[in-house]
Amino acid sequence: MDLRMKACDIRTDIVEIIHRAGTGHIGGDLSVTDILVDLYYKQMNVAPDKAADRERDRFVLSKGHSVEALYAVLADRGFFPKEDLLTYAQPGSKYIGHPNNKVNGIEMNTGSLGHGLSVGVGMALAGRMDKKKYRVYVVLGDGEMEEGSVWEAVTAGGHYKLDNLTAFVDRNRLQISGPTEEIMTQDKQEDRWAAFGWNVLSIPGNDIEAVDDAVELAKHIKNKPTVIIANTTKGCGVSFMENQVGWHHRVPTDQEYEQAIQELAQRRMQYAQDSE
Amino acid sequence: MRRIANKQVINNVLLEASAKDKDIVVLCSDSRGSGSMTSFAEERPEQFIEVGIAEQNLVSMSAGLASCGKKPFAVSPASFLSTRSMEQAKVDVAYSHMNVKLIGISGGVSYGALGMTHHSANDIATMASIPNMRVYLPSDRFQTEKLMRALLQDHEPAYIRIGRSAVEDVYTEENVPFVMDKATVVHEGSDVTIIACGEMVKAAQEAAELLKGKGISVRVLDMYCVKPMDEAAVLRAARETKTIVTIEEHTKYGGLGAQVSQIVAANVPVRVVNMTLPDEPVITGGSKEVFAHYGLDAQGIVRKVMELV
Ligand SMILES: [Mg+2]
Repeated sequence: MDLRMKACDIRTDIVEIIHRAGTGHIGGDLSVTDILVDLYYKQMNVAPDKAADRERDRFVLSKGHSVEALYAVLADRGFFPKEDLLTYAQPGSKYIGHPNNKVNGIEMNTGSLGHGLSVGVGMALAGRMDKKKYRVYVVLGDGEMEEGSVWEAVTAGGHYKLDNLTAFVDRNRLQISGPTEEIMTQDKQEDRWAAFGWNVLSIPGNDIEAVDDAVELAKHIKNKPTVIIANTTKGCGVSFMENQVGWHHRVPTDQEYEQAIQELAQRRMQYAQDSE
Repeated sequence: MRRIANKQVINNVLLEASAKDKDIVVLCSDSRGSGSMTSFAEERPEQFIEVGIAEQNLVSMSAGLASCGKKPFAVSPASFLSTRSMEQAKVDVAYSHMNVKLIGISGGVSYGALGMTHHSANDIATMASIPNMRVYLPSDRFQTEKLMRALLQDHEPAYIRIGRSAVEDVYTEENVPFVMDKATVVHEGSDVTIIACGEMVKAAQEAAELLKGKGISVRVLDMYCVKPMDEAAVLRAARETKTIVTIEEHTKYGGLGAQVSQIVAANVPVRVVNMTLPDEPVITGGSKEVFAHYGLDAQGIVRKVMELV
């Protein structure tokens, strides 16, 4: 299937999950979707029956609040039954509002920002020590770049020249209180990472082909970790959510839900026609 | 034999074990010298990771390594490890349930004149408050070795606090009674029980001898396992002796004494007195001077017990 169509399906699932449960971080889910789809349907060596395989690629969702997007992808890839997500955010469910490794396919518990890249650095070092071929992928938010601990990890990734590590910055230019540039300047991400010794790729992050090309390119860069600055649109795929700070974690009304599902179906139809 | 510091014992045990077990990894935060990890770093360069002065990264990286099957030991001053990277310990190690051993070196007031920035008189409180995190304060080099060998056998998170300098022996080379997560009876007695951990065990042992001369029979428990605490030993003490005195190189909030008091109050209410560091920046000086100033030594314990009986 055209991965663009898959991304529409995942976005539809995300909107459904959040509408049904009445909670979730919908804006960032929709901006990060294309990255997750490329990784989980094309690039990463992961499979439900190999969740403990030492050779598997590792993924850490450092911007853990986008967990609904990850749930949608993991369920669709068969890591757990889709019906499990009916319990999302219900009392006692393991499908909570941030990733935790009781869920099949999730490596690390995240949610507090600024931890995931350090974890990824540890995973990449372990792979190097064990002479394993696996790659490590970490997705950070652009608001998350305000956490000082991220820069400890960026420093170490560059120092240890971890070419088996690829980081993404989901650069949707918004965070919970407003535009990143108003909250705390985050411009020149490319220069910042490059200064720490990283290979930097800056791409349109909701263009799945561009994401795929960048991930592919990163695999062939030696002696440097790669960061992909994914310039994305928060709320991508649902017109009235796009670039709207209020949709950081608003829950769609029934009417908004219907409209969102319709828009995503239309978009999917267009892609289906394209690929014929 | 010259006594070596407990941290040197940790280096030696890890150096030995890592010859066979290539998954053992030591991480330092520019702390290999202060952590006595220099020989490990030199002899096992492929199993040693320098993180630089970045404790948050130290702990999260350790968790990442553990998630891939490694057995990381993160060695860093207790003051920084137990507070600056507390959230990493909580989220990446304990909540994510990773086999990471956090080694807090130069704990308590070991750094003496360096002042409160370098003291960790609250590390039991921070670390023990984290679900899934165990907390150990071994008393001497022999017990440290036993504890390290036991910890190498499990895959659970733990925080271990040790002091900076070599300390006097509580045990002897031939006689180191040790059962994991059980208090060790250092001295038998029936009038009063002193429950101690870390460097305070030696003071309690000496005090018991002095009190014997005064006709007071003192039981001393080495509660190196502050969490999970040996509740049965505490309750036996509460039932069998009339009074319990706890002593620790820690504030009164959330430490050994607080936990003992909770256990006793809920089950066998007898008098429990906590000897602790004060709730204020402690005076500067060598450990012995600081302990003497606050009565946290054999003489201080004797005075306290004489008041109570
Ligand atoms: Mg953002």
